[in-house]
Amino acid sequence: MTSDSANVVSAEKLGLTFQTNDGPVQALTDVDLSIRKGEFVSFIGPSGCGKTTFLRVIADLEKPTTGSIYVNGMTPSQARRKRAYGYVFQAPALFPWRTIERNVALPLEIMGISGADQKARIARTLDLVNLAGFEKKYPWQLSGGMQQRASIARALAFDADLLLMDEPFGALDEIVRDHLNKQLLELWARTDKTICFVTHSIPEAVYLSTRIVVMSPRPGRVTDVIESTLPKERPLHIRDTPEFLEIAHRVREGLHAGHSYED
Amino acid sequence: MDSTRDKVVPVLTILGGLVIVWYVFAVILNTPFQRDLDRRAGEDPGTIEFIGKTLAQPKPILPAPHQVAINFFQSTFMVKPWSVRSLVYHAWVTLSSTLLGFAFGTALGILIAVGIVHVTTLDRSLMPWIIASQTIPILAIAPMVIVVLAAVGITGLIPKALISTYLSFFPVVVGMVKGLRSPEIINLDLMHTYNASRSQIFWKLRAPAAVPFLFTSMKVAVAASLVGAIVGELPTGAVAGIGAKLLSASYYSATIDIWSALVAGSVVAALLVMIVGIAGRLVDRAMGARPA
Repeated sequence: MTSDSANVVSAEKLGLTFQTNDGPVQALTDVDLSIRKGEFVSFIGPSGCGKTTFLRVIADLEKPTTGSIYVNGMTPSQARRKRAYGYVFQAPALFPWRTIERNVALPLEIMGISGADQKARIARTLDLVNLAGFEKKYPWQLSGGMQQRASIARALAFDADLLLMDEPFGALDEIVRDHLNKQLLELWARTDKTICFVTHSIPEAVYLSTRIVVMSPRPGRVTDVIESTLPKERPLHIRDTPEFLEIAHRVREGLHAGHSYED
Repeated sequence: MDSTRDKVVPVLTILGGLVIVWYVFAVILNTPFQRDLDRRAGEDPGTIEFIGKTLAQPKPILPAPHQVAINFFQSTFMVKPWSVRSLVYHAWVTLSSTLLGFAFGTALGILIAVGIVHVTTLDRSLMPWIIASQTIPILAIAPMVIVVLAAVGITGLIPKALISTYLSFFPVVVGMVKGLRSPEIINLDLMHTYNASRSQIFWKLRAPAAVPFLFTSMKVAVAASLVGAIVGELPTGAVAGIGAKLLSASYYSATIDIWSALVAGSVVAALLVMIVGIAGRLVDRAMGARPA
């Protein structure tokens, strides 16, 4: 049971096959991956490469069919029961009948955290995503970017050390996305959380990550794992440096390699 | 304000058209009987006078709108509300069983919907029976319910209310099942990541998501409840209520009374639907809905 306890996530020979009407689909095959505490790992690849599926396996939203995976040294199911992670979905998934502060309070209510503590946590996390002052607003009164920030606050509210993010900024325009990427890095630096981040944007992956996992479809698998050489401090204009472009190039190469045999 | 005017004008136009058509048919339908009367009395009135007479018969085939209006006004405002001749009295009797039946029906509907959403066996077994229950003509069921319950000593409000319940629980079941299943997968996944219990998922996600569906189906249910109450009054021996009024008026061919009782029924129905609608809007607003 006790797979390397320093690893937040460790997967060995992980495979997941969906049974569909058109026969079995191999969403994941032979994924070996360890994620250390405090890392910012991006998963990138075309649709159908299993990046979201892998995140959902960590979150115990999907069950693997082969291999093993441990989250904080526990099975995903045990880890979920211990509320080991916060999950940010593609859409904000805020409850429209709750104000922003009540939305952030949702996991706290479910986990039975007391009223006074709830208040403090709501204030702190909303401050962390720069939404202080919007506590009493309803989701429809906020822009898409602000809604997604509120959903990040909700995932942070109960202080899980692991943050799983599934294309959280995919539906936003590029200006908002740049802004949120910068804020996310600041947040990561301040909180020292481990972040798993699914994206299909190469610049986003390179800008954010300490490690980039390149994946490829049919069957979904890991084709390359790239360690970022960028410093932890990353202003937005770092994306114009040769170092950044070199990493981006390697990611692109990896993506092409994964595709080569099918076209 | 403009929007209300936009709604009021078309509605009034249609109403005006209907009134005109009604008058035309009143004249046409009452003509044969009036001719008969005139022939026997040996009278030969002019056209205008004849039309006037067709619209002033005491027991016309189709009463003219103003006859109904006068009757309605007199039996609503000119008699004491607790008198048997008052429509207010009859409307109150019907309303009380409507509301009781509606309350039962809504509660039962919600209960069944919660069961259907949470228990697979109920989902498979109950729904066909519920749909079948609504295909049985209420006119056939109503007297049996009244008679059977009277045999075990239950009379008065409850049997009538049960017929209202029978009609009103169905839209609530259908609406609430849809409402309780309305949360998207992503919201259910979210609750799963929090390791939320079934009751937490119900109270914090399914129930609030179902509220708008509940009010929409309650609007249908309250109108059905009223129909149920009126139908329930028909076999009760015609003591009181709009249904009883309809029945006794039809014994005496008092067509004007029938129509004014019908109007009373429609007014009650419209008010009930409106009240449920307003309540729904207030709840919606309290739950932070975007003002339309």
